[in-house]
Amino acid sequence: MSTILWIKNGRVIDPANDRDAVGDIFARNGVIVDSLSDQEKEKAQVIDASGLVVCPGLVDIHVHLREPGQTHKEDIASGTRAAAAGGFTTIVCMPNTSPPADNPGTIRRINDSITQNAVVKVYPTGCLTVQMKGEQLAPMGSLWREGIVAVTDDGLCVQNNELMRRAVEYARMFNLPVMDHCQDASMTRGSVMNEGYWSLRLGLKGWPAAAEDMIIARNVVLSRACEHHIHMQHVSSAYGVDIIRRAKKRGIRVTGEASPHHLFFTDERCRDYNTLFKMNPPLRSEEDREAIIEGVLDGSLEIIATDHAPHTADEKDCEFDLAPFGIIGMETALAACLEVLVHSGKCDLPFLLARMTHKPAEILNLPAGTLSAGVTADITIFDPDQEWEVDPSRFSGKSTNCPWNGMRLRGKVARTIVNGRTVWDGNQIIDT
Amino acid sequence: MAFPASGRPLNSLNMNDLTANWKRKDLLSIEPLHREEIETIHQLARRFKELQASNPSSIPSLRGRTVLNLFIEPSTRTRIAFEIAAKRLGADVTLVEKAASSLVKGESLRDTAQVVEALQADVIVLRHSAAGSPQYLSQIVKVPVINAGDGAHEHPTQALLDTFTMREHLGDSLEGKKVTILGDILFSRVARSNIFALQKLGAQVTLSGPATLVPANFEKLGVTVELNLRKALADADAVMLLRIQHERQTSTHFPSLDEYKSMYGLNQARGAWLKPEAIIMHPGPVNRGVELDSSLADSGRSVILEQVANGIFTRMAVIYLCLSACGKTKDTSQ
Repeated sequence: MSTILWIKNGRVIDPANDRDAVGDIFARNGVIVDSLSDQEKEKAQVIDASGLVVCPGLVDIHVHLREPGQTHKEDIASGTRAAAAGGFTTIVCMPNTSPPADNPGTIRRINDSITQNAVVKVYPTGCLTVQMKGEQLAPMGSLWREGIVAVTDDGLCVQNNELMRRAVEYARMFNLPVMDHCQDASMTRGSVMNEGYWSLRLGLKGWPAAAEDMIIARNVVLSRACEHHIHMQHVSSAYGVDIIRRAKKRGIRVTGEASPHHLFFTDERCRDYNTLFKMNPPLRSEEDREAIIEGVLDGSLEIIATDHAPHTADEKDCEFDLAPFGIIGMETALAACLEVLVHSGKCDLPFLLARMTHKPAEILNLPAGTLSAGVTADITIFDPDQEWEVDPSRFSGKSTNCPWNGMRLRGKVARTIVNGRTVWDGNQIIDT
Repeated sequence: MAFPASGRPLNSLNMNDLTANWKRKDLLSIEPLHREEIETIHQLARRFKELQASNPSSIPSLRGRTVLNLFIEPSTRTRIAFEIAAKRLGADVTLVEKAASSLVKGESLRDTAQVVEALQADVIVLRHSAAGSPQYLSQIVKVPVINAGDGAHEHPTQALLDTFTMREHLGDSLEGKKVTILGDILFSRVARSNIFALQKLGAQVTLSGPATLVPANFEKLGVTVELNLRKALADADAVMLLRIQHERQTSTHFPSLDEYKSMYGLNQARGAWLKPEAIIMHPGPVNRGVELDSSLADSGRSVILEQVANGIFTRMAVIYLCLSACGKTKDTSQ
């Protein structure tokens, strides 16, 4: 017996197909189809999307699911539920788990858990180097056989340029994009926030944007030399954006992502030593924030990714110097980006949604991000104008370390559909 | 010399007048204080200083109160000054140091603070290497928190005693006075607290030292950065030297102590660049022969030991005011 889905009268925005019009979306057995027969329409599950936006399920290529080894913070079950609540149907998880995903057994274990526990689609990444120590290449070929979609030492950055060069060359054999967390460690030892006026005033050890710019520049050089794709994660510095912009103009295969928190906040938020504003890379100056927005608008940073990084309340409840870096972001990403980019008039909805659907999918060659006939029915329905208060007690993930806590944002996910089945109904997760 | 408040001579001000001007439970930093609040602390410190000289038995008593010195980072002179200040007020003093506490067993600051509060400490004096930790602590405990130095952030009682000492020497009003702070500004909580305190009191602050320790971004705080030492010293009414903190700087911030001394050390020759009446200050401990020559440290222009002594009276005032703000001092009106 087949299952039929008919989403009616929504504003269908499918940036990959240049579609933006009120209309219907149909799915049969979890696959999007162009039309249904009258007989099928009679027995279809009908979802009235009047007044709502219907778009491809959102894609986030930068998520920490903390499994295995740090499941007190998050796990694949909880993290994918947070994704669903935020409208994400495809996510990519980072390999800085315990143990790190630097061996085929760990990747297999992650994939087993995904099969059993995930409510959205999850693709794992593998480490660039063994134990993420930046000393020896990880067995990328074996990891690739287990199904990783990219290699990265996210959270750490390979400091040795010779090793990074070989890593990029080696990854190229498998067409595995290299994602890099750009940070020159020699310039950021002990640093806890952006270096600038606020770090001086607060007496916190500052972290210069130059430490990020250096590695972005290095990666441009290596991408050009090795003729391989390097993706710069969570770009936070104004000059870093400019380096990427110029490299792209020269045809060098680099891409960049912007994180909602870097679009939304500046380092002034650290003024009360609130550890919910401590992340890596740090919130930077207003000039940097504006440059990140500009980078998104002109395509230098072609995608949005959250760097969803759960930590427990206890772990964040301490002196600013001692708190771990990172914040969660999947359940607030859409609303935060709508506020900064769309409601402010800087871009339109299709432009933003492209950066949260097909463009991130394309960066890692994922089968996601469109509503084309024949693809799996991964669909997000949201009200771009509905205001809601970010209430940490209502998060679907395990952790609540969110800088938007208590804020009112506009843009609420009304439904998240994976393979034609609703996994988030606007209020709660729908488990099978 | 007396510090008049609201035009009234000091001796007509009783304790209640002074404590009525102070509403804060905590002293976390100088930055949010109003000028009047700094002056209130100074007035009370002055009163304590006078009483100590004339009639110690009339100093109001905090008998039965417990001051807990929670020193997560080592300190000698600040800790002792707080201890003496508390004892002069008749309070009991308990010291908890990192090495002797459960903190080395991994107990969090939150748990340690809750334990000391449960042990009925009436005020916690915190020294901690993490900037912002006094603010964090004040959100956990109900009792007053006094910051005795938090990382590179602030050292409010040091600035209070420094400005108190300056007012004794430069005149009651610091309006228009020029103060040069020289040395390791980047890592200095003393510099930050003094910048805020001096600006609130109307003084002009110049920072000097090697560029790596005196970033230009400090100008956004409204101070002048002058890396040329001669220019930085020329107009100063007071020069405040900061200890070169070998334990904090990595080797990247300046080449060597010898190089520092040769470029920025204050010696007899450079002392001549100062106005003759300018005073020399240092929060201690002094690296003799590095940032300051002994000949100057021990000269009549140096007020370093007065700073130390005044540290007791300003800390007495701070302890007294914070406790009075939560109703923990007796009525001592005259």
